[in-house]
Amino acid sequence: MNNSELLEKLKPIVANYAHNKEAIDDITEHTDFINDLKINSANLVDVVLDIEEEFGIEIDNLSMEKMLTVSAAIEIIEGKLKEKNDR
Amino acid sequence: MNKEEILAYLPYTEPFLFVDELLEIDENGATGTFTFRKDLDFYKGHFKDHPVTPGVILTETMAQIGLVCLGIYLSGTAVSGAPGHVMLTSTAIDFMKPVFPGERVKVVAEKVYFRFKKLNCNVQMINEAGEVVCRGNISGMVTNKMNG
Repeated sequence: MNNSELLEKLKPIVANYAHNKEAIDDITEHTDFINDLKINSANLVDVVLDIEEEFGIEIDNLSMEKMLTVSAAIEIIEGKLKEKNDR
Repeated sequence: MNKEEILAYLPYTEPFLFVDELLEIDENGATGTFTFRKDLDFYKGHFKDHPVTPGVILTETMAQIGLVCLGIYLSGTAVSGAPGHVMLTSTAIDFMKPVFPGERVKVVAEKVYFRFKKLNCNVQMINEAGEVVCRGNISGMVTNKMNG
């Protein structure tokens, strides 16, 4: 899965919780979940839980804390997918 | 933490404490009771001459028993040890029956998940006739400090 495919899978998950719906259309790797999309910390947890389900991966606490932007999310998902495939 | 320690740790007092007793608590859920005394102040205004317990108070009662007590228990029994504060982050409640002054209710909460400090619970409130008066889903963040 390349970055743009990952981004397309992320969009509907994030859109569920974003209060700034217009920003969803303009989402890029630089989009910040809290500042740009107005997702609160509680809903950020739900985004991460939905990512776990969608990609069949488990996100640890440290990765969760880093997952504040689209690019960080993509990097973490890629890493976890690789770990899964290497197993 | 045992039930008495949890009740003592609750950050509420009169007129905003809505937990009388914890009947059961474990890592999967909590059950507790509260009696809405007839002299509670909000009955004077909700509604004029027709006192009924406000839905927000029923929601608060479910949150204090189901979410806050459970959050204190879960954080207080975690490896790191210190019980936390619980900040309400969302509610979705359906109301089925009114609760009148003097009624005693039981709240039953079941944990859906507790991950990344977020506690999500399914809750329901049952009256003395055994009827479900309201039910729904409540969540909050369990934090180390109040309001944060």
